[in-house]
Amino acid sequence: MANLDVNVGKLKKNAFRYSKVRGETASRIRIPGGVIDSASMAKVVEIAEKYGTGVINITNRQGIEIPGIKLEDVDKVNAEVQEVIDALRINQPEKSKGYPSSGTRNVIACPGARLCPFGCYDTTAFAQKMENNIYPNDRHVKIAFTGCSNDCGKVRMADFGIIGMTEPQYNKDRCVACGACVDYCKRRSVGALQLVNGKVVRDTDKCIGCGVCVVYCPTRAWTRSREHYFRVVLLGRTGKKNPRLAEDFIKWADEESILKMVKNTYAYIEEYIDPNAVEHKEHIGYIVDRTGFEEFKKWIFEGVELGPKAEVNDRIYWGGKNYAKYGG
Amino acid sequence: MGYVLNKESFSDLVSALLKDYRIFAPVLKKGAGRFTDVDCVIYDEIKDASEIELEKKSDYASKEFLTPLSETLLYFTEEEVKEADLCEKKVLIFGRSCDLNGLKRLDQIYLDNGLAKDPFYKRRRDLIKPVLIGCGHSYDNCFCVSMDSNKFEEGYAFSVDLIDGEIHSNVLDKEFDSFFKAAAGAKELDVTPRFVTENEVKVEIPDEIPGRIITDDLWDEYTTRCINCGRCNFVCPTCTCYTMQDVFYSDNGRVGERRRVSASCMVDGYTDVAGGGQYRRKNGERMRFKVLHKISDFKKRFGYQMCVGCGRCDDICPEYISFSNIINKVNDAVKKEVNS
Repeated sequence: MANLDVNVGKLKKNAFRYSKVRGETASRIRIPGGVIDSASMAKVVEIAEKYGTGVINITNRQGIEIPGIKLEDVDKVNAEVQEVIDALRINQPEKSKGYPSSGTRNVIACPGARLCPFGCYDTTAFAQKMENNIYPNDRHVKIAFTGCSNDCGKVRMADFGIIGMTEPQYNKDRCVACGACVDYCKRRSVGALQLVNGKVVRDTDKCIGCGVCVVYCPTRAWTRSREHYFRVVLLGRTGKKNPRLAEDFIKWADEESILKMVKNTYAYIEEYIDPNAVEHKEHIGYIVDRTGFEEFKKWIFEGVELGPKAEVNDRIYWGGKNYAKYGG
Repeated sequence: MGYVLNKESFSDLVSALLKDYRIFAPVLKKGAGRFTDVDCVIYDEIKDASEIELEKKSDYASKEFLTPLSETLLYFTEEEVKEADLCEKKVLIFGRSCDLNGLKRLDQIYLDNGLAKDPFYKRRRDLIKPVLIGCGHSYDNCFCVSMDSNKFEEGYAFSVDLIDGEIHSNVLDKEFDSFFKAAAGAKELDVTPRFVTENEVKVEIPDEIPGRIITDDLWDEYTTRCINCGRCNFVCPTCTCYTMQDVFYSDNGRVGERRRVSASCMVDGYTDVAGGGQYRRKNGERMRFKVLHKISDFKKRFGYQMCVGCGRCDDICPEYISFSNIINKVNDAVKKEVNS
């Protein structure tokens, strides 16, 4: 083995894992929105066979890791992975040098409206737009998109979880009172509908905008709103100190505001991150725990104009297990 | 008399017609489908020629003007009843051969099925004239040729075929010649509406369907496959069943309205009777009833097939149940019985 002298900090920022196997690393491929073209996948396979061990790890955040790469091959892998970076349109200041950062994690998305009958928007497209909006950045930020309130994307584990919503539009002249929407809303969702005098009444406070009524309506009495709406949930996390689920922040939010709020979050982090944080890495939620939610809100709302339907939760209280405070 | 019109002259024609007629035609509704960003073609009243969808097969049938999904028939107070108003302007309804052949079935049920004519149907029927949309090709799931309803040659006002961006029209009803002659740029030419002469899907219906078919096990799979949503009925150009809603306005309680809403023999509640009885509980039984009504019972009474083979039931079924395939299964079962 060659005489290894590797800047581990740089290696990690270059999206290579610090491996427990001495002299080895793993290349981490970003796949924003979880969609990769087959040619890029073939290239990943080629790299795994040429520089790795012929094994590919699918990560928890819809990325790929190619393990078993020799540290001395990092430059070669960076050159080869360029076509995958290009195909997936990842922002990069310099070609053939691999990924420019790894702090902001791969932006994940459930299959969404491209495939799923319940998806309320194109999750992949929004995830790719978000990636383009914030990457590259070294700050540790996790963003996840899911098409509807089923939350198959498990976005409540992320800093920003984006849940698709549609505002059901009711055309009473097409309603025959078959009861399908009432029944399915009750059984598959929250039970926000009831039949009154042969027509359906929607409890707008209860309705979560999942679109189940639209899916099951046999006559197109229920249709989707032209606008795509989102529920934004905030600052969920895993980890040792205080793992917790994200809490509801905005109901009926719009795409543009979400892009701005996430972008604004980075300035807030620069201002308030603990300068002594291990590896300069700190979950946003812990920063917010220090500064208070009001301060965080002030920063992320900078220049944001929410739509008329948006409902904001001004106070948020997170739960979860607090092992750091109360022990395990 | 036939005419060929470019887009502008067709638009002129429609504008002129709209002065005398309300026009109901297939309209592509953006994003109105079940799923996100999926469109749906539904019949609606149009205000401009550009709204008319002439290329895609509609998801819902043209019957919706004649038999609205939900229609208030009358209003009642303590002692008095008043029929709901209906705009008296004449109406043009665009429909393909299947739709217009379906019209004959609707007329049969509402106007010529026993002594009484349905007045609420009749007052709408008296307003309409059909406009034929020609079919340049067969669509997914169409089996109109097997059902002998691929053609509609008499009784339409005029026809409309969109060919290479131009509208080809054959005018049968003399009243409309003047409209066509007045449309700037309309060329006189012999026009024959296009009809489909072959479908990929074909069905064969036995002349006699023995009663024993009702106990055949072919229906069983639909008890679990079918979700009894009723879409097949709501989109069918020949389904006519309805139910009534007497509604008392909640602010008063002694004033209200009577509505008629479309019903479906697949949906729960259709066979409910006093005392809590229900004749067909299983979806397989409901499917059997529907299929045999379409291809056997109606014919026994009226001498011709009810189903027009438009295939909209297959197009829309969320569970991928094929009605035409069931017809062929019935045919196979009958043949097997005859041969054994």
